[in-house]
Amino acid sequence: MTKKQRKTLCRIVIAAALYALAVAAPLEGMLRLAAFLAVYAIIGGDILLKAARNITRGQVFDENFLMSVATVGALCLGEYPEAVAVMLFYQIGELFQSYAVGKSRQSIAALMDIRPDYANVERGGKLEQVDPEEVAEGELIVVKPGERIPLDGVVEEGSSSVDTAALTGESVPREVLPGHEVISGCVNLSGMLKVRVSREFGQSTVARILDLVENSTARKSRSEHFITRFARYYTPAVVFAALALAAIPPLIFGQAFSIWVERALTFLVISCPCALVISIPLSFFGGIGGASRSGILVKGGNYLEALADVSIVAFDKTGTLTRGSFEVVAVHPEQIGKDDLLGLAALVESYSDHPISRSLREAWGREIDRARVSSVEEIPGQGVRAAVDGRQVAVGSLRLMESMGAKDARECHLAGTSVHVAVDGAYQGHIVIADVAKPDAAEAIRELKALGVRKTVMLTGDARKVGESVARELGIDDYYAELLPADKVAGLERLLAEKRDNEKLAFVGDGINDAPVLGRADVGIAMGALGSDAAIEAADVVLMDDRPTRIADAMRIARKTLRIVRQNIVFALGVKGVVLALGAAGLANMWAAVFADVGVSVIAILNAMRALDVRKK
Amino acid sequence: MKKSIRLSGLDCANCAAKMEEAVRGIEGVEAVSVNFLTQKMVLEAEDSRFDAVLETAKKRIGRIDPDVEVGV
Repeated sequence: MTKKQRKTLCRIVIAAALYALAVAAPLEGMLRLAAFLAVYAIIGGDILLKAARNITRGQVFDENFLMSVATVGALCLGEYPEAVAVMLFYQIGELFQSYAVGKSRQSIAALMDIRPDYANVERGGKLEQVDPEEVAEGELIVVKPGERIPLDGVVEEGSSSVDTAALTGESVPREVLPGHEVISGCVNLSGMLKVRVSREFGQSTVARILDLVENSTARKSRSEHFITRFARYYTPAVVFAALALAAIPPLIFGQAFSIWVERALTFLVISCPCALVISIPLSFFGGIGGASRSGILVKGGNYLEALADVSIVAFDKTGTLTRGSFEVVAVHPEQIGKDDLLGLAALVESYSDHPISRSLREAWGREIDRARVSSVEEIPGQGVRAAVDGRQVAVGSLRLMESMGAKDARECHLAGTSVHVAVDGAYQGHIVIADVAKPDAAEAIRELKALGVRKTVMLTGDARKVGESVARELGIDDYYAELLPADKVAGLERLLAEKRDNEKLAFVGDGINDAPVLGRADVGIAMGALGSDAAIEAADVVLMDDRPTRIADAMRIARKTLRIVRQNIVFALGVKGVVLALGAAGLANMWAAVFADVGVSVIAILNAMRALDVRKK
Repeated sequence: MKKSIRLSGLDCANCAAKMEEAVRGIEGVEAVSVNFLTQKMVLEAEDSRFDAVLETAKKRIGRIDPDVEVGV
């Protein structure tokens, strides 16, 4: 509790005790009035003062003013206990509300507690502790076990495991070795690391995440716009309704003023739209904060809203659904053993740094004895020729096989790149290399289906055969293959044209080369974006790690947040509406009105806080 | 120029909305958003007029809630 809150609490306790005395004491006439006025002054004095002050500043329909009018009115009608009680409960409600908001602020701040406090920088052979903002690119920093990595960089010395949970939501620590990149905001767990800073603090991952989440409230959702507009008209409308209620029945139908004025005063108590004005943005902020904690950055409430309505998801293939790296998926020897075939290919390709060559070496998994390989000759676009143990070996495309005289070479039935091998002009077989699907890609598609996504589509620049095989393997409904980058936008346009009005289309890419497509979709989701500026810039939602199942997680968070928002709108408006109606009919007293005001606010705030709680499934 | 400005003591959500509205009406303001939860205002205005805009903004915010302290 803050000092201000403690003071209010103190006042409430004193006033409540005095109020009980005033009610119990056998007082009559002026004495009774004086007693209640004294309590009223203690509990509501500041409200009256604020109301008076705000009127001089031109703020008429403010909460303080309305509460003052309502309670002073009740005092004038001779309902002393009610007037004081309303003020008392109003203050209790306000206190509770401010406490709840304070708590929410704290939990959100705790979620965003990834800002490093200091950096140990090596300067002139000595270690200095400085603010991370004072460290320049290229300087060397030391991160001890237990410390937060203050800046992005590359490990120069030391090895350790790093806890990335605060950024990615991934609870398994990541191993880092010299040469590996580390990102700011992670916690170094076991060993001392020396890190060469690659970006200054303002550009670092942690600074960008914080900036993104803080600015996310600027992009308001439709619900927030609705509430803002609603709030502007609600208070004046209720106040005028109260005036009408106080004036029309007595003047036209000649009924007693006191009854209708009392009912009108009930209206004034309910006239603040606070419950909605606080709880709706709080829900969105909670959802965005909670999502960011589990590694999903959402750039605004509007995108959270769109994400909840996604019914078509388009994927980029390479790097999104597949690993984006080549792997040997099949070895089909004709004459020799599998291992020998792979070994020959690995040896011949040992001088190349092409991804295919690398995948061959990795698949073989043994030390390459380069002494066995001589007179290596690369034939552009076809493959490599070399002498291995004195024999002429060719590794590459079908065309290369033909030119080597290996006649019985043929294309493989599997999707992917076939690497053929011939020894001294005799065909030996082929190895199929393909980009493999991520382990959770199929599950990701299933989860999206379970969430009611109507259609999944894959857009790829790869060959039709590759596209088809990946789509079938993962259970994707449709695919467009052999697309140039510009064709991807056209493909997305076609999907946008066929979706229904209330549906939203999401595009998921890795942020490389697909910025225009990310921008064109209703929701552009970039994946595995740790450290990629272009992706963070272009996307609406950024997934910090590269698991496609996070898309479903993001949708679940969005839907939960929207559900809470809807509950709060319906609940707050519902209760206020009912109490207004009952109040007009004379069936609801001021107590009910106070509940409809602050009670509803507090409940709505507590409900909004649930949005913060983002658990994994 | 875009600047994040701290509004300490901002504890009424309705006031935050009113402040945003009031500051938006100042000439030279390109964009403004008042965040009740982070108690911050992000103000974007023309470079040449930024200081003048900020001064007016402070005055208007003070008129809505005098308890709010505007810090840069």
